[in-house]
Amino acid sequence: MDWQTLATQLFGAGHGITRDGDLLRGTVEFDAEPLTVIGTTDHAPIGVQLALSQARIVLDTMTRHPGRGILLLIDTQGQQLRRRDELLGINRAMAHLGMCIDLARRRGHRVLGLVYDQALSGGFITSGLIADACDALPEAEIRVMRLPAMARVTKLPESLLAELSESNPVFAPGVHNYVAMGGVRKLWQGDLADALREALAHAPTDDRRAEDGAARGGRRMAAQVMQQVLDAP
Amino acid sequence: MNQPGLETLDYALPGTRPAGAFTPVLVGVVGSGNLEVLLEPAAGGDCRVHVETSARGFGAIWSAVVSDFHARHQLAGVQVSIHDMGATPAVVSLRLDQAAQELKP
Amino acid sequence: MTTSYAECSARERLALLVDTGSFHEWLPPAQRLTSPHLAQLGLPAAFDDGVAIGRATLGGHTVFVAAQEGEFMGGGVGEVHGAKLVGLLKRALRGRPRAVLLLAESGGVRLHEANAGLIAVSEVMRALLDVRAAGIPVVVLIGGANGCFGGMGLVARCADHVVMSDIGRLAMSGPEVIEASHGVEEFDSRDRALVWRTTGGKHRWLTGDCDTLVEDDVAAFRTAAIAALSAAKPITMAALEEEHGMLAARLAFNGAEAVALWAAQGIADAARVPDLDVAAVTALGAR
Repeated sequence: MDWQTLATQLFGAGHGITRDGDLLRGTVEFDAEPLTVIGTTDHAPIGVQLALSQARIVLDTMTRHPGRGILLLIDTQGQQLRRRDELLGINRAMAHLGMCIDLARRRGHRVLGLVYDQALSGGFITSGLIADACDALPEAEIRVMRLPAMARVTKLPESLLAELSESNPVFAPGVHNYVAMGGVRKLWQGDLADALREALAHAPTDDRRAEDGAARGGRRMAAQVMQQVLDAP
Repeated sequence: MNQPGLETLDYALPGTRPAGAFTPVLVGVVGSGNLEVLLEPAAGGDCRVHVETSARGFGAIWSAVVSDFHARHQLAGVQVSIHDMGATPAVVSLRLDQAAQELKP
Repeated sequence: MTTSYAECSARERLALLVDTGSFHEWLPPAQRLTSPHLAQLGLPAAFDDGVAIGRATLGGHTVFVAAQEGEFMGGGVGEVHGAKLVGLLKRALRGRPRAVLLLAESGGVRLHEANAGLIAVSEVMRALLDVRAAGIPVVVLIGGANGCFGGMGLVARCADHVVMSDIGRLAMSGPEVIEASHGVEEFDSRDRALVWRTTGGKHRWLTGDCDTLVEDDVAAFRTAAIAALSAAKPITMAALEEEHGMLAARLAFNGAEAVALWAAQGIADAARVPDLDVAAVTALGAR
């Protein structure tokens, strides 16, 4: 779904979200409450610049609008794959974005992520995955890496990975697998505004993902291992 | 199409030198051309060896390496568990000996 | 007589770093908490899933520690590996050690466990930030041959303090992935000097992306880790604004070459930096 359609369905035609390059930003009104919207579009690669632009909005929200909810709209191909960004410390810039979002949460801002198109790798870790919770549209795609690159790095045949990607939840890119694993809280079916309403009301503020993964059967060991560490003599 | 799979091999050799009780010993690292060996106390008088390896088809060589190891150490009441990623027989023997060495008081 | 940190296994580093004999392991190898995902790929598991965690003392202070084994699956974070790290961090909230030490050597998400690894890394990040919010410093040590990349490169920069050797590397994407994506002109992954200028310890020290630069010596890492026990930096609005300003200023530099960046920072004779020893580079970046 393109961001304009999404924004209109959620907030109406005069939603106030604007696009600046790959960056989406705006203040919307939802159920008579203002919400900060930050996001990316066009499968944006997240470089130092775009990470900082998003962080700036989070920081400004904390300073100027204490307590205001933040909605992250996610469509990214992951981190920008350029030597310049590595030189300038893209990992630090992205970690900074993550820490800004995390501080906002600790200061009482509700932060929700929505994958509305694609989410890959680092671009997802420091946005949706560090929010209070991350939801997704049913047609969204979440991946760690595209198959050819994965085949190169793992030295596993691309054909094998493709086969596993069809059915194995650990590899398959569909959001249903991320729901099963606990990474995504819920898929937005039906009326999108109702789904947002529900998310704002019920998304947890602590990290429930390992529990969810165990309950839903997609990640059977994580929660148990965490508990075993806590209980170890 | 290539269907990968681990090969599993098991051996049980009667030993003459009981290892008694000891804290499990781990040597080595699972990496390309390398292996890890975990040594634990086990009931009974055998030296039991369990191998999981990604390098398939070398059963005869594993047999020989395990027999030679047992001839050197004659351990009884131990479980040797191996995760292997294509180590050479020399490296396997070295790790097994390193593990056995840690049993000596 | 020095002991190369890079050449040690994770367990060897841990044993030599902490006070002698003080390491008590949680979920040791004999518990066989191995990956449920590797066998289907024909790959052997590791008894500790590539990370040893536990409690130790460092200079007499109780610390919780984790050491990633770079040789196993490139140190990649899988479901169990990640859960061990999260468990350790959660336990720190209860046990309140002096610090949590992470001996990081990792390519990031373990691709062989893809989705599970991605979620795991994110859980580690959140748990780490909970520990910092509780006032317990998190110190990351980076000095393995595989460096600290991907999701772990993000985790590292969420810590209070990063110690690197000149052999260590800290970055997001590996040079091979960048080259595969945008060509050898963008990043020649076989040019080792280029790779280390762009992502290695000396560069990260000069730009401030690591807090201490040490020789490739376990004793040097130990000394730096002990000093870092008092380096807790609370995450506040003021701290994040300062960080933001510093990062934003970097964008004023237009190029992609380290020597030019160092020169722009005012470092004299920048081209010589790769040839200088750690002490000399430390002095150049002194703050």
